[in-house]
Formats: sequence, structure tokens, C-alpha cells
Amino acid sequence: MTVMEQRGAYRPTPPPAWQPRTDPAPLLPDAEPYRVLGTDAAQKADPGLLRRLYAELVRGRRYNTQATALTKQGRLAVYPSSTGQEACEVAAAFALEERDWLFPSYRDTLAAVARGLDPVSALTLLRGDWHTGYDPREARIAPLSTPLATQLPHAVGLAHAARLKGDDVVALAMVGDGGTSEGDFHEALNFAAVWQAPVVFLVQNNGFAISVPLAKQTAAPSLAHKAVGYGMPGRLVDGNDAAAMHEVLSEAVARARAGGGPTLVEAVTYRMEAHTNADDATRYRPDAEVTAWRDHDPILLLERELTERGLLDDDLKRQAGDDAEAMAADLRGRMNQDPQLDPMDLFTHVYAEQTSQLREQAAQLRAELEVASEEAEEEAR
Amino acid sequence: MTTVAAKPVTKPVTKPATMAQALGRALRDSMAEDPSVHVLGEDVGALGGVFRVTDGLTKEFGEERCTDTPLAEAGILGTAVGMAMYGLRPVVEMQFDAFAYPAFEQLISHVARMRNRTRGAMPMPITVRVPYGGGIGGVEHHSDSSEAYYMATPGLHVVTPATVADAYGLLRASIASDDPVVFLEPKRLYWSKADWNPAAPTAVEPIGRAVVRRTGRSATLITYGPSVPVCMEAAEAARAEGWDLEVVDLRSLVPFDDETVAASVRRTGRAVVVHESGGFGGPGGEIAARITERCFHHLEAPVLRVAGFDIPYPPPMLEKHHLPGVDRILDAVARLQWEAES
Ligand SMILES: Cc1ncc(C[n+]2csc(CCOP(=O)(O)OP(=O)(O)O)c2C)c(N)n1
Repeated sequence: MTVMEQRGAYRPTPPPAWQPRTDPAPLLPDAEPYRVLGTDAAQKADPGLLRRLYAELVRGRRYNTQATALTKQGRLAVYPSSTGQEACEVAAAFALEERDWLFPSYRDTLAAVARGLDPVSALTLLRGDWHTGYDPREARIAPLSTPLATQLPHAVGLAHAARLKGDDVVALAMVGDGGTSEGDFHEALNFAAVWQAPVVFLVQNNGFAISVPLAKQTAAPSLAHKAVGYGMPGRLVDGNDAAAMHEVLSEAVARARAGGGPTLVEAVTYRMEAHTNADDATRYRPDAEVTAWRDHDPILLLERELTERGLLDDDLKRQAGDDAEAMAADLRGRMNQDPQLDPMDLFTHVYAEQTSQLREQAAQLRAELEVASEEAEEEAR
Repeated sequence: MTTVAAKPVTKPVTKPATMAQALGRALRDSMAEDPSVHVLGEDVGALGGVFRVTDGLTKEFGEERCTDTPLAEAGILGTAVGMAMYGLRPVVEMQFDAFAYPAFEQLISHVARMRNRTRGAMPMPITVRVPYGGGIGGVEHHSDSSEAYYMATPGLHVVTPATVADAYGLLRASIASDDPVVFLEPKRLYWSKADWNPAAPTAVEPIGRAVVRRTGRSATLITYGPSVPVCMEAAEAARAEGWDLEVVDLRSLVPFDDETVAASVRRTGRAVVVHESGGFGGPGGEIAARITERCFHHLEAPVLRVAGFDIPYPPPMLEKHHLPGVDRILDAVARLQWEAES
């Protein structure tokens, strides 16, 4: 008897409650990323939606270039640009209803802005004046998360809590390809599937985690394949195709809202800029690769489709351009004002009530500030 | 901070209760009073937790209020963060001290600082219950005292009860707190008993107050959690040597009750800090420094520490050598230069 046969003989009977959830076949992603633009499916897309997406992409691109420019002027400490990934960012925002929640990572300021958040508030983390520039409950946008993938379990917990309260709220959580290797990614997906929580996980596979390419991050056929093991569907989408992204994310959101549980969406896209302004992308990728992706630019793809269908008139183009410029000018103007910070605020929001330790330290800082201001006055005299 | 008021009861029925029962009762009463309180963790449902603290909660409140989670500590605490974002009050059970480490990232990067980074908009009323400490013959990873890690993280409260009544009162106060609390349960005291009346719950002071468990004139033992009964025993034994020791039970490590501690040390002029966790970089160093800063002119001797050795927690057969016991405490007391007193 072979070892395998012996094993077979000893295989324990699974307990009666144990039932595999579903046939994995419907959970498996397509072999190729799903596309709408440039295919027959595009004929079905709502022209109004395509035009709105276009305007938002143009605005998003301008936001990215403006924020990047602000790092060069020293107004932002750092900016992880989502240039090239605008279709993912915008579609994520558009797929959600007002009552839903967005859980962004540090790269996803644009998704927050496309959701309607004030562009300046969205940048406070990166500017350095405060960690979060908005009330997450009002905006229904969690703080931009810097530790990778740690925001994913939060999305699951929030969606779960909302469902317990009887609210049909969906949470959409964003993470990069590198973030999928973190334990929190695994734990969040598993919790979501076991609890059938109304969550959509959006992985933006932009090719690199700083300098490390996807091939060194995972051996899976695709990141969308990871969904199957948890018992949720995985969808592979062209992340530069705004219409496809919008369709797939909206479907996943609707499924979650209807009680169908979580979905993992992998958007195949490309990071056109360096990781941040502090990174030198030429050390790990050839320029030719970047150039090749320019032909697959999300704005270009949508522009081609709109032009072909006669939907891109001069009005739309001008309007989108003007809106983008106005946003950029406003952002520039307000970011160029020095934020007024009160150092005493350091102690205000550590605990609901200040501890005696913090009260002592606050008194120390207040005294130091008084001395400093007296000295400054004296110097001025 | 909420004070759980003692309800007037006509006939208080006190009977022996264990610390584990008092903790369970605190969870139950909190859940009954506030529907936003949810308990989650590994095996907290049908089993009632490996220490039976959550016994009966799923039966009484349903699986939605007391939930068996997948086996994933970061996931447990991470989902609790999201639940708190949506207005719930999660009480998370970590099965054993060393198994809370996978959740450190969530605790430190999110739970502790969410209020601060959102400028007060998003408090985290999460209680993380962690059975901690040794003395129960646990195998590796079942006896750690990690309080120094928690204490070093701004934004967390760190509390630990030493009595049955405090177990109830402090846990109620922790769950009611709008800030995250790491609630350290001395597992060696789970089965300690005291006469306690669950129908007339103990009045609870706000988190952050130490209590003098025993008054004395010769020196102060400053301690908390599992070391409190040891210090009480040491104080009894010290009487034979003519030493009259005061024992301060901190109950809360963050915030720290400087007033009670300093008042005691000023009275006695001598202090020994006692705890199980390692001395180097441990809580005792912080406490000794605070005492020195506040009571230098009242001190008759340097503040001493009696702590666990600076080693990974030893195997059960050797743990008695590691844990601070009565003799080691008395030795320290003897080193406080007693000649000076007479
Ligand atoms: C837990 C953690 N480890 C390391 C880092 C440092 N870090 C910041 S971004 C990054 C790469 C992330 O790559 P990916 O998830 O693909 O997202 P992308 O930047 O491409 O959007 C790393 C390693 C971090 N932020 N968090």
C-alpha cells in the first residue's frame, strides 16, 4: 500500500457543519483583464457617465501634477502621485453612494478628492500640518493609511458593524500590489468572507512596490486569484479603463449591498511617476517601459472612445480643462499660505481627558513658549 | 470618565466569587446596559473563552454581540477599529499575552493614535483584554508581562486589577471609557476568590487612581496586578522583622497616579517597586524615576526595584526563580538602610 493510499484510508470524515461554500469556478477571475473601452461593451456604456468620468480624470490628472509641483516648492513634504492610475481612483469614488465609506491608502488622496473632499484637507497628512485634515465620519473617508494594508480590516469591521445596525452601507478599501503580501491583507479578506461583510477590496497593481516588481511580490497567477482561497469572487480589470473600472466596482458594490458578500478587484495599471518625489525610478525600471504605458493612458483611452462616438465636443474639453485649472489655482493659492498651528494642540487630542502627565508637559511647553515670545519681543525692540 | 455607581440594594448577598467571574459579570452588565458593546475574540462564544471569562455571553446576547472570530489577532483588533468607527464599543479578547503581539501593529499604528490623528473626531472606545503574567505553569508564550510596551504607547490606557472587586469595577470603567484601554488580567489571579456581591456592584473610581492596600510607616511597596498579593504577604512577613510596610496597588499604569504614590513615599521615606516583568526598560524604572523626581528630599534611601529577570520568560519548572517572591522583596526592604530610621 502506498503512503497516499494509507492516508486515504485514514482521512477523517469532516464534521457535518463543514461545507465548502461554493464551486470555486465562478470565483475565478478572467484570464485577461476585463475591458470596456474600445470593445463592443462600450456601446452599452452611458454617454453621460463617460463624459463625467472624462471630466473627473482630467481634473484628477491636474490635481496630481499640481500636488507634485507643490513638493518641488517645499509646500508638501511628500506626494505619492497617482498619475496613470486616475481611472482607478475616480472609479472608486464614483462607485460609492454618499452613505458608503472609503478606506484609502497614502496614494489615494485623489479618490478622496473625487469623492468630494476638499483638496487641501486631503493633503494635510502629506503637508505635515496635521495627520488627518478632515472628520472621517463626516466625509465617510477613513484617514489615509500609511502602514500598508492595515486599513483593510478596518473596512471589514465598519461594514460588519453597519450591517449589524441594519444600514445598507458598503465599504471600499484600497491597497497596492505590495500591500497584498502583508498579513493584514490576508486577515481582512478572510474575515470579510467568513462574515460575508459588505466590502469591496480594490488592489491597484501598478507594477511596483517602491522598487520591487510584482514578480518578486507574489507567485500567484494574478492578485485577483487570491480571492478564491477565501471564498470570494476575484475580478481582474484593466485599471486604465475608467468605464471597465466603474462597471466592475459598481457591480461589486451592488453585490455587497444586496448581501452577496465581499469581492476582490485587481486593477492592472501602471505608476507613471516615481514612488514619491524622494524616489529614483530609473534605478529599477527602463524608460521604455514607462513610454510604452503612455499609449495606454487612462485619459487617452477614454478620449479615443468619446471621440469615436462623437461625445467629446469642444465644450466638454474646455469645461473639463477650465475646471481642472480652477481647482489647481485654488489648491496652489491655499497651499501657499502658511498654516497657523498652535503648539498647545499637541496635547489636546491624545486622550478624551488629559492625563496628569500630559497636563504637566503642557504646562512645561506653555512656559517655554512664553519665554520664546518674550525673547522674540526683546529682539524686535 | 464614567463612574459606575453602586445601586442601593436592600439585602446585599455576598458570597465567594472568583476574579474570572467578576470579569464575566462586568462584561455581561456592560452589554446589558449598552447595546453598542460587542465582545469578539477567539473561542469567546460556545467555550466562553479559554479562561471562561465570556461564559454565557453568546447564549444571552447572541453571536452578533459575542462573536467567535477567525484565528487572527491583527484581524480581530483591526475589525474592532472599523466597528468603533461605526459607533460600536468593541471589547476584544486576546487569548494569551504573547498572542497579542500580531495585533501590535493595529494597536500602536491605529488604535492608540486614531483620536489624535483625527483631532478628536474619531475616538476609539476599544477595550483590549489581555490575560498576562506567569505563575500558572504555562508553556512558552503563555506567561509574558508586556505592560512596558503598552505603557510606552501614547494614547492607550493601561490598567490591571488585583482584586475581585477591582476586576469588576475597572473593567466596567474601561468599557465605558471613550479611549482605548489595554486591560491586563493577571491570569494567576483568575481563580482568586473574595466575598463579593454581584447584585450590588462595586462603586468604581475613574481609571487612574491608585489605592493604598495596607498602611505602614517604614517603607512603601509599589506594585500592581499579580504582585499585589505577594507584596501583601511580604508586608505581613515583614512585621516579624519590625518593619511596618505600606502597600500601594497602582491599578492603572497609564494614567499614573503620581499623587497617591508620592504622598505615600513622602510619609515613609523609602520605596520598593515590585513587578514580574523584566527590570531593564521595565515599568519599575519609570516609577522609580518619577518618585525620585517628586520625593528626592524625603527619601532616606534609593528607590529599589524587585522585578523579573531580564530573560525570556522561563519554562514552568524554573519560573519560581524568576518571579519576585516574598523573600526577594524582603531582601530589598532590608537593603533600605534601616539603621537610618532609629
Ligand atoms: C507596513 C509597512 N511596511 C513598509 C512601508 C514602507 N512603504 C511605503 S510604500 C511601500 C510600497 C508599497 O507598494 P504597493 O503596496 O504596491 O503600493 P503603491 O506604493 O505601489 O501604491 C513601502 C514598502 C509601509 N508604509 N508600511
